[in-house]
Amino acid sequence: MSEARPLLELEGVTRTVELPDDEPLHILRGVNLTVSVGDHVSIVGRSGSGKSTLLNLLGLLDNPTKGEIRFDGKRIADMSANQRDRARGRDVGFIFQQFNLLGGRTALENAMTPLLYASGRQFWRREQIALEMLDRVGLSHRAQSMPEKLSGGEQQRVAIARALVRGPRLILADEPTGALDVETGASVMALLDEVAHSSGAALITITHDANIAALARQHYRLDRGVLAPVDVNRVLALAQPEVTL
Amino acid sequence: MTGIVGAFVEAWAELRIHKTRVLLSLIGVAVAVAALTSVVGLGAITQQATTENYERQSGRPATLIVSAYDPVTGAAPPAAAFSAAFTEVTDRYSVSWTTRSTYTQVFVDFVDGLTPVDTTVVDVDYGTMHRVQLSQGSWFADGDEERLAPALVVNETVWKRLGSPDLRTHPTVTVQGAGNVTAVIVGVTPDLPYNQDYPTMYMLYDSYMAIATPQQVQSIYPQYEAWVPVGISDDLTALIQRDIAGALGDDLQVSVSRQDYLVYQGEDPLLPIKLLVGGVSILVLLLGALGLVNISLVTVRQRIREIGIRRSFGATAGRVFFAVMMESVVAAAAAGVVGVFIAVVVVKNPAVINFIAAGITDVPAFPIEAALLGLGAATFVGALAGLLPALVAVRVKVIDAIRY
Repeated sequence: MSEARPLLELEGVTRTVELPDDEPLHILRGVNLTVSVGDHVSIVGRSGSGKSTLLNLLGLLDNPTKGEIRFDGKRIADMSANQRDRARGRDVGFIFQQFNLLGGRTALENAMTPLLYASGRQFWRREQIALEMLDRVGLSHRAQSMPEKLSGGEQQRVAIARALVRGPRLILADEPTGALDVETGASVMALLDEVAHSSGAALITITHDANIAALARQHYRLDRGVLAPVDVNRVLALAQPEVTL
Repeated sequence: MTGIVGAFVEAWAELRIHKTRVLLSLIGVAVAVAALTSVVGLGAITQQATTENYERQSGRPATLIVSAYDPVTGAAPPAAAFSAAFTEVTDRYSVSWTTRSTYTQVFVDFVDGLTPVDTTVVDVDYGTMHRVQLSQGSWFADGDEERLAPALVVNETVWKRLGSPDLRTHPTVTVQGAGNVTAVIVGVTPDLPYNQDYPTMYMLYDSYMAIATPQQVQSIYPQYEAWVPVGISDDLTALIQRDIAGALGDDLQVSVSRQDYLVYQGEDPLLPIKLLVGGVSILVLLLGALGLVNISLVTVRQRIREIGIRRSFGATAGRVFFAVMMESVVAAAAAGVVGVFIAVVVVKNPAVINFIAAGITDVPAFPIEAALLGLGAATFVGALAGLLPALVAVRVKVIDAIRY
């Protein structure tokens, strides 16, 4: 936990899905989590442990069945869908495992995409802002390249630039190195950590990879819908081949 | 503001990236719009041709025809008295455009001998009132009736039989009245398509009376016409009828009536053809819309991941709906522009105009309403075709769309 002002707070969050002709499915059970500006949090968990559902809630894409989520002190439940969308665009940056760059668009156009949903100065200066961000991730020379002409590491760096163009206070990285080799993954994580740290944003990394999780300063494990803190040594131990998550 | 501009930027980028797909899906829309717009545009030209034809025959709306006769004997009133009464009454009501007109035959001395030529004997105003078009030269002017050599406006058949003389040389021809008279040709009218190679000409009423034999003068009974505003034509009809009847005396029956095409025109004679072609166009447009819906739906399903990504970056449901809708609207509107362009090329093509409206003199400009109809129809189809994919797009579950 951090002593800085909380950015995102989850209190007793439960997510249950009603199934026809069956018992309700409890995906998340009483999740508590506090993330402050500047934190770097990792969440590890197996497939089916509830990571996607938790990502939905952290990214303001869904409401909990029970419990409360506060973003920047405001209850998510009190916000309209449009307010949540705008808050997400303004304050949350997503980085995905498969990079998810938009096909047919250059690196620059991809990096500009979130700024299409901004307003005022950010909207009108979107090209310049995106170019500056590409420069920051070391890709200004590939601004006009199409995604398929970029290596995996370069694509993920474009994705990082895209996630950061609006200056988010929370970065959600969903398996950010899942599609990269170990070396490239490590360099991308180093870049992500550095950029997040310098911009003062909180970084939440959701991953299978215990080595990547270990790079965070706070570590959590999601198991059958229950989120629990886990010691960094335990995380590293989980990285050994004989240990399963 | 930025939201709307942003949505347009997004829509345009989508169309640019998927231009082949968009082009294929929009062919139907463009063809339908071209057909729909052409129907309206060609309809306007045909309408104009029909109107011109009517106006040449029976005058421009509202043309009042004044006649008088003795109900017992059927005889016409004395020409001088009738003419004086008509002039006085039309002056009283400030009717600026009046003419006498009658038909007769005048013998013209061509190189192959004297030939009777159907002659319309008129006053100067007739040219404007009956929309007489000239292929060369000019219509009669005030004062032409005082020429010693009467002025003639002949059709192209007459002009060609005279050797197609240059009108700047003031060509003359001998016509036969009470004696041989030299007349000057001042203008040439085009041959009417249904009256090719048939000699006709116009001559001023007073000029004709000056050269006619006494028997011809006695036997001529002109028709009196007055061109008045349509809005007051009913009132003027009653007033002119009353005043001329008063001037000519109770023994004569005076009749004033409208005979221009607007009086008789009930239903548009072209309506059945317009409805048929319009109906087919609408059907093609609907088929085009169906194709557009089909392709848009498939495309949206392929783009679920992309929509999820956009939602994750703050695109609201409304913005996604608007963007998907806009893609369809912008694309269909672009197809509409192409369709309208094709229609303009078709409608303004001289070969097409000659085919559907031979003899038209005032080819109307491409009707703005036809262009607007085409663009409106295309935009409407685009909105209709965009609705379903847009609804699908807003129901995308963001994280599921991105992760799987």
